[in-house]
Amino acid sequence: MKSNFVAVAAIGTAALLTVTACSSSKGGGGSQSKTTATVSAACAPYKDYLGHSGKTVTMFGSILSPESDSLNKSWAAFEKCTGIKISYTGSNDFESQLPVQVQGGSAPNLAIIPQPGLLAQMVKTGQVKAPPAGTVANEANWNAAWKSYGSVNGTFYAAPMSANMKSLVWYSPKLFAAKGYTIPTTWAQLMSLSAKIAADGVKPWCGGIGSGTATGWPATDWVEEAVLGTYGGQVYDDWISHKVKFTDPKIEAAMKTVASYMQNPAWVNGGIGGVKSIATTTFQDAGVPITKGTCGMLQQASFYEAQWPKGTTVSPTGDVFAFYLPAVNSSISTPVEGGGEFVTAFSSDPATQAVQNYLSSPEWADSRIKVAPGWVSANEKVDQSLYTDPIDKISAKYLADSSATFRFDASDAMPAAVGSGAEWKAMTEWFGSGKSIDAVAKEIDAAWPN
Amino acid sequence: MTTTTPPAITTATDEPPVRKVRRAFSSPLASVAVVILAVLWTVPVLGLFVTSLRPKADVASSGWWTVFSHPHFTLSNYNTVLFKGGYNVNSGLAPYIVNSLAITIPATIIPIILASMAAYVLAWVRFKGSDAIFFTIFALQVVPLQMSLVPLLQLYSGGAHIGGITVIPALHLHGSLAEVWLSHTMFSLPLAVFLLHNFISQLPESVIEAARVDGASHLRVYRSIVLPLSMPAIASFAIFQFLWVWNDLLVSLTFAAKTTAAQPLTAQLQQLTGSFGSHLELLTAGAFVSIIIPMIVFFSLQRYFVKGMLAGSVKG
Repeated sequence: MKSNFVAVAAIGTAALLTVTACSSSKGGGGSQSKTTATVSAACAPYKDYLGHSGKTVTMFGSILSPESDSLNKSWAAFEKCTGIKISYTGSNDFESQLPVQVQGGSAPNLAIIPQPGLLAQMVKTGQVKAPPAGTVANEANWNAAWKSYGSVNGTFYAAPMSANMKSLVWYSPKLFAAKGYTIPTTWAQLMSLSAKIAADGVKPWCGGIGSGTATGWPATDWVEEAVLGTYGGQVYDDWISHKVKFTDPKIEAAMKTVASYMQNPAWVNGGIGGVKSIATTTFQDAGVPITKGTCGMLQQASFYEAQWPKGTTVSPTGDVFAFYLPAVNSSISTPVEGGGEFVTAFSSDPATQAVQNYLSSPEWADSRIKVAPGWVSANEKVDQSLYTDPIDKISAKYLADSSATFRFDASDAMPAAVGSGAEWKAMTEWFGSGKSIDAVAKEIDAAWPN
Repeated sequence: MTTTTPPAITTATDEPPVRKVRRAFSSPLASVAVVILAVLWTVPVLGLFVTSLRPKADVASSGWWTVFSHPHFTLSNYNTVLFKGGYNVNSGLAPYIVNSLAITIPATIIPIILASMAAYVLAWVRFKGSDAIFFTIFALQVVPLQMSLVPLLQLYSGGAHIGGITVIPALHLHGSLAEVWLSHTMFSLPLAVFLLHNFISQLPESVIEAARVDGASHLRVYRSIVLPLSMPAIASFAIFQFLWVWNDLLVSLTFAAKTTAAQPLTAQLQQLTGSFGSHLELLTAGAFVSIIIPMIVFFSLQRYFVKGMLAGSVKG
């Protein structure tokens, strides 16, 4: 018995030692992979960022592979020339992990925050560092609205990174060509087109708001489009700050607009089922009926491009494509709803600031666009000719349009308790169990934090 | 364990209660009930397994039960998960199985060593306040570990200071595996001490006294008598702890999230679906891969399990 125990203890100790050895060699491996920075012709564009060789900058975000692989490729040349190593970690629990890490005193050097609401929450902790002068200067390249979303209480903290465009309607160019439908450019045309498609025996709209624990978010986008397209930027901003409540007649009217097409039993849910099936269909599967000719249109963001089944061609003459969602009220100048990420610094060391400056430069955006399609920057200095993907082109055109009424996804900008909580839940009830608009609005207002 | 004669309870049939219960459980009716329960409990696992063998398009469009009428299987999900990776998991899941083992084995052994020593002392070394200490440790089980994540993280990164005096210096373990081991150890100690204390306190007093009379030190008694005799309890706790740490996501995400290279299998499984959950079909295959090692541990230790489950639950 005694010898047994000694053996167990010995194995245990050996295991411990091996593991320790493994982990320490892993840590060492990372810092060895630096190269000495010599200013050659290829490295000339990076001369402003030199002088921090050997430093590692940790970065944390919600972007996962394959998109995160493209990010790593986009700054590979920067790493090689400057000797700064960018260590990116992605997590789909980013929104809950970041506050824990920040409060626990082990914040990453840089965080890529997709919600202005979360950025405001982080600024409140006092640990977000002011951006360096280079980043502040680069900020002029964005639409003024972007700067305001990267600011908290008027102080600018974080520069935007990528952008996505939500004011899109996906359709089948083949079906449209076969039936002689034309792309609508006004709201009235969109509605009469819907009626026409329905008269031809195909349900014009399909949708799905299922998305795991985030079920309901696509419905919040539909309402946001209606609010922005009907009343414009001022009401939209007041709505985000809760000066205009959900129970306000304006917001309820916008919800009625959404209900008039997305909850019209004769118009939805193409190829899937009745109105209630919208709540039970995942957003990933919602567009599939378009490829089968059983649904006319799907209102969904630019990033939906990645969800189409394999072999679907996305082009103006292909299986699927998207058109710009016209404004409900034509007096609003090109309403564009979008989303994006903001590079937030929790460290003010020079290497972190160099990375921050580089990521806010048009040069980095160009480098990222060249790596892979499906990524758009709202930076107005970006070379528009670099976009190869037709959806990227249409998104970039509207996002970098300085005359557009650009607004950030409202649910991301509202406090998390509402924007990623009560609103999702109430919208799901609205579609799933036919709750009245008034009851839905009241429920969301009641959840607003004081 | 000591074999104790059951107290002379005279039942109507003069049968010991244990045998009566055993007979009731082995009746044909009970067997049928057990089989039905077992089948019901296995159905979701079967569904998961069938889904892991189906192509992505099928999974998206129809339920797993339709395979019985339209069989269409593929191993491509397993191929992707094990060898190709791609969706934030470079070169497949295999390296992360090693990470998981590197986290789980020490996080199982350390609490066992500490808790068995503590349990022996609390059970057999009489000193003032030993009961109070035992009850305090027992009471700590009530603290949900979610409450202590942030304070623990602060302790690791900043140390503990009271009025300018450093009580515990900053450990500078930033995201290393040691942080995960320490955390799992802390979270498991209350249950481990409680479970092992109850078992160890039931060991025959005569054996321990005899050893003491022969001049054995406490360490010697612990090593030569207590440890070998409490193997069933230790094994059953080891199974609990191994499965808990292996399946843990929260603690590892909080303490090992800094570098993808140090993350365990569970964290990678969660990333496998990609942004916006576009590769849900891989999750099922990944889940089956992650089950293998806990299954091996469970089956190799299971003969201790039932014995150990009863540890401390009945007074012998």
